[in-house]
Amino acid sequence: MKSQAVNPDLRGKKFRFKSEWAWAWLMVAPVIIGLIVLNIYPFIDSIIMSLYKSQGLGPAKFVGLQNYVKMFSDKQLWQSTWNSFYFVILTVPVGVFIALLLAVLLNSKIKGRDAYRCIYFLPMVVAPAAVAMVWRWIFNAEVGILNQMIGVFGIKGPNWLSDPNLAIVSIAIIAIWSAVGYDLVMILAGLQSISASYYEAAEIDGANAVQRFFHITVPLISPTLFFVILMRTMNSLKQFDTVYLLVKQTNPAFKKSATLMVLFYREAFEKFNKGYASAIVMWSFVIIMIFTVFQFVAEKKLVNYD
Amino acid sequence: MTTAAKPVSVNKESSYRRNAKLLVHIILIMGSFIMIFPFVWMILTSFKTQGEAIMIPPILLPSSWEPVSYVEVLRTLPFDKLYFNTIVLMLARIVCATVTSSMAGFAFAKLEFPFKKLFFFIVLTQLMLPSQVFIIPQYGMLSAMNQLNTIFALIFPGLVSAFGTFFLRQFYMGLPNDLSEAAKLDGCNVFQTFFLILMPLTKTAMMALAVFTALFAYSDMMWPLIVNMNIEKMTLSAGISSLQGQHSTNYPVMMAGSALAMIPMLVLYLLFQRQFIEGIALTGTKA
Repeated sequence: MKSQAVNPDLRGKKFRFKSEWAWAWLMVAPVIIGLIVLNIYPFIDSIIMSLYKSQGLGPAKFVGLQNYVKMFSDKQLWQSTWNSFYFVILTVPVGVFIALLLAVLLNSKIKGRDAYRCIYFLPMVVAPAAVAMVWRWIFNAEVGILNQMIGVFGIKGPNWLSDPNLAIVSIAIIAIWSAVGYDLVMILAGLQSISASYYEAAEIDGANAVQRFFHITVPLISPTLFFVILMRTMNSLKQFDTVYLLVKQTNPAFKKSATLMVLFYREAFEKFNKGYASAIVMWSFVIIMIFTVFQFVAEKKLVNYD
Repeated sequence: MTTAAKPVSVNKESSYRRNAKLLVHIILIMGSFIMIFPFVWMILTSFKTQGEAIMIPPILLPSSWEPVSYVEVLRTLPFDKLYFNTIVLMLARIVCATVTSSMAGFAFAKLEFPFKKLFFFIVLTQLMLPSQVFIIPQYGMLSAMNQLNTIFALIFPGLVSAFGTFFLRQFYMGLPNDLSEAAKLDGCNVFQTFFLILMPLTKTAMMALAVFTALFAYSDMMWPLIVNMNIEKMTLSAGISSLQGQHSTNYPVMMAGSALAMIPMLVLYLLFQRQFIEGIALTGTKA
């Protein structure tokens, strides 16, 4: 279209365009080649591998959908799928709500805002393994500081990390604690981009703090909030480290805590069932896609981009 | 009467505000306590003897500040190697991601070329896919190249960054076209326009990408555990997780190990606090 408009220059343009193409290709080449080798090919390979039975070092054998049949008849797969869902339910609403609350408080021209922000962000710069170990210590049923504090009131504290019904909740607490600063920083950045004039106008109109929050703050940061919820949901669905580190296979809470990614890791790199593990990863992929589509539909309805 | 009432109401208003501020501070301080306490407890425990650590009722301070557990953990794990590997991993990933993403981000934002849509679709596809679907084949490739248990294996999945490309493209889109036109008139070729004129303007974005990349390289655990069995080639994050097996009940040693893994990044964070936080905020608002 454009080249037609500048028809007289066409020959010169054409030459320049070609050199521009060469530059452009050269400049995108590392990323595109990298992505094809590191991501596109592996993705296709994973799909293919999920149709093969490959154990250890022996040659892979084509088995069609057998891995999937085996997978869907495995109770632990459904349990782990639920565990991953449950983990999202436990972490996302509470975590994002706390982050939003703290962000709103920090946005109220408070003294020491940078210091608070720095403190809440702290767990993000600490290795997850260190975080997991210190929480394992705090949650220790017999001598952990938490149960000792509870014990002061004459109540016997629970087995935070080995009670089958509680372990995943404890891990959710750790996850919320770890991520709250990250979400807070995102939301606070969103809040700071809201012009103060909206609030002044609303105050003149007699809106109280709660009304201002729901009618101005929430709609205006809904894109940020959406982004944070999306990120947090994806990360929670992919939860691996903390469960892997804190709930070992010998732990009575293992079945009710192992997320899909823990299951995947065990099959792929402890039992070396690559085919079966690929089927699990494809299943996780489908779930993540469903979540994503669902959230984008919700976004259309709820998020305000004006 | 009416004139006297006015100052009273103003006073009431400001004391209400003061109380609200106080309440906000109380909430924030309580929250801060919850955020900091685990780290304080980690440090305190790391100096206790094992007997002191499991005392009932608990004691707050260790009886002496001798770093016995630190000596022990330094003997168990090759921390010098772990630090070195982690730093190399982070630097390599930062350099690779920033350089390749800058070039591609610029091309996607400012140049027209055949297959642009297809190429960009590849970038978006990678952004949508969970990284776990790549793991087994990536592991297979490294094994085929005989590169397991190397630092290269650690870096491998982060050689390019779809997120970085997308993120920097957003920035280049925001730069006015007049700049590149002017550069062209001055005789700059495409690469010079990019390298000399536009790229320097994306410094904050590149910083943000660097922080983002570093944080995620540092905290990733699954990948190092998979590709590197050899403790000499581990990262801090994956390396200290092995303490759980060797010293599963020796909490002071585990806490000392955790503290040693935490401190370098913590110091860096405290020094560059603003860049860290604002970088992360930027990756959220632009992406």
